[in-house]
Amino acid sequence: MYNQNQTELLKKAEVDKLDFFYDGTVHALKKINMPVFDRKVTAMIGPSGCGKTTLLRCFNRMHDLYPGNRYEGDIWTDQGINLLGRKVDPIEVRMRVSMVFQKPNPFPKSIFENVAYGLRVRGEKNRAVLEQKVEEALQNAALWKEVKDRLNDLASNLSGGQQQRLCIARALATTPEILLLDEPTSALDPIATASIEELIGDLKERVTILIVTHSMQQAARVSDFTAFMYMGEMVEFNETSQIFTQPAQQQTADYVSGRFG
Amino acid sequence: MPLPNKNSEDDLKLKAKIASSKFLDNAFQVIGVVTMILAILVLGTLIAKLFIDGIAQLNFDFLTKFPSSKAAKAGVYSAWVGSLIVILLTAAVAVPLGVGAAVYLEEYAEKNWFADFIEVNVTNLAGVPSIIYGLLGLGVFKYGLGLGSSLAAAGLTLALLVLPVVIVTTREGIRAIPGNVREAAYALGATKWQVIWDHILPYSMGTTLTGVIVALSRALGETAPLIVIGAVNFIAYLPENLLSPFTVLPIQMFDWVGRPDPAFQQNAAAAGIVIIAMTLGMNAIAIYLRYYLRRSIKW
Ligand SMILES: Nc1ncnc2c1ncn2[C@@H]1O[C@H](COP(=O)(O)OP(=O)(O)OP(=O)(O)O)[C@@H](O)[C@H]1O
Ligand SMILES: [Mg+2]
Repeated sequence: MYNQNQTELLKKAEVDKLDFFYDGTVHALKKINMPVFDRKVTAMIGPSGCGKTTLLRCFNRMHDLYPGNRYEGDIWTDQGINLLGRKVDPIEVRMRVSMVFQKPNPFPKSIFENVAYGLRVRGEKNRAVLEQKVEEALQNAALWKEVKDRLNDLASNLSGGQQQRLCIARALATTPEILLLDEPTSALDPIATASIEELIGDLKERVTILIVTHSMQQAARVSDFTAFMYMGEMVEFNETSQIFTQPAQQQTADYVSGRFG
Repeated sequence: MPLPNKNSEDDLKLKAKIASSKFLDNAFQVIGVVTMILAILVLGTLIAKLFIDGIAQLNFDFLTKFPSSKAAKAGVYSAWVGSLIVILLTAAVAVPLGVGAAVYLEEYAEKNWFADFIEVNVTNLAGVPSIIYGLLGLGVFKYGLGLGSSLAAAGLTLALLVLPVVIVTTREGIRAIPGNVREAAYALGATKWQVIWDHILPYSMGTTLTGVIVALSRALGETAPLIVIGAVNFIAYLPENLLSPFTVLPIQMFDWVGRPDPAFQQNAAAAGIVIIAMTLGMNAIAIYLRYYLRRSIKW
């Protein structure tokens, strides 16, 4: 149905009639249906408060950390597992799905330890392996050049934009299958933003990426598919080129042309 | 809004408003400085008085001699050793228990009326008079567990006394950790235990230790509960094990204050100096640890 001229489209995951309630009462997501294509970039756009972060956090079961939050519906993976299933361990989900948060949140540890932490959680103790993977992740996050001589410095001494790239490196170090990016460049200057966007382009050969962004240009530049959300509902999902040139819904057209939101 | 014209009515009003706010600023500063000077003066006078009375007695011999019926020969050897052991014991019991309880309450316990109930009780326990803890120690440790009037009974009793403070400060330390740092760890696939061990405990340790040491320096000066469980006030040997009878500095001091011979008053003052020196020493450690453990932590 999508006329992507690349190779055949495979589904990595499929959101199926997903409802989400904060604290049992706030109905933040309403009957969301959305495919997530394997090794493609899916952008999620929509006005502030429409539920982008909430949807993103369903993919790694972040909502399970707080009592009272409730999911209804499923997120099926290509292996036929329901990520939201009661028998599925959220920790296992998070081992495969990495996340970069809206605000940089480094640990008050060294730069090295920040990036290495995900590997340590997975039981990696070999110093050489850790060093190699940390370097690779920092290279990928376009931070290596700036920090290679100060890996033992505290992460909090980095600038806001550097901290965000550190968080990206931290999420990449564990080679996730799905990478969730919640406005990863909102704190970055144009050069760092460009390097992150380039990184996203490189990464999608290996990783399925979901990215929340407030920048229409960014969505247009980096994504293959775009989901437009409004007030907790999925208004429109389509190939990015379609969403930006021939949206099916008036609301989408208004939003992407900057007339509201 | 355009700026008011110079010397117009609005301009003058604004200036008057700023001037009155500044006056309050200055007034408050003066009050603050005065109260602080008063507090320091009181403390200084106390310490000066102790020094004037006690300094003549205070020398190396005083620290290495046992008590004696002759004031000039008496020392605080058994007392300061007793104090040190009791405090170490108190810390060894209160820190793991208190940190464990705080972690449980913050990280595991469901937030419901029962948690609130425990919270209120823990806070209230911190305000219970120390002699009540003495009675508890008397019943539970001295007789109940058959520890007698021993170092162990004293350490356990004081551990109960400082436990609420350890719990409350540790919880404060844990609560100060931003939720998004916690989420970062969980998002990487960490289990609850890994989050606690790798993040929660290290990041709250500075606060915990500061609280612990402040509580311990208070315990160091505690007299009443130890008298209740039967600390002796004249003991001419060092404890052999944790079940040995003991004395501590404040009890030694209290004993000397009560004697008619004025020479003993000098001894009491000298013992007071030793207590204050130990307290200040502990506070110095607290300040250093807080600096050391928190140097990496900037939220
Ligand atoms: N912890 C929470 N408890 C209750 N309601 C919440 C909570 N977090 C978010 N919400 C509500 O859920 C809705 C969706 O929020 P969400 O954070 O997903 O928006 P968003 O699309 O990411 O917005 P933004 O672009 O501003 O980041 C909002 O109405 C918000 O008020
Ligand atoms: Mg958001």
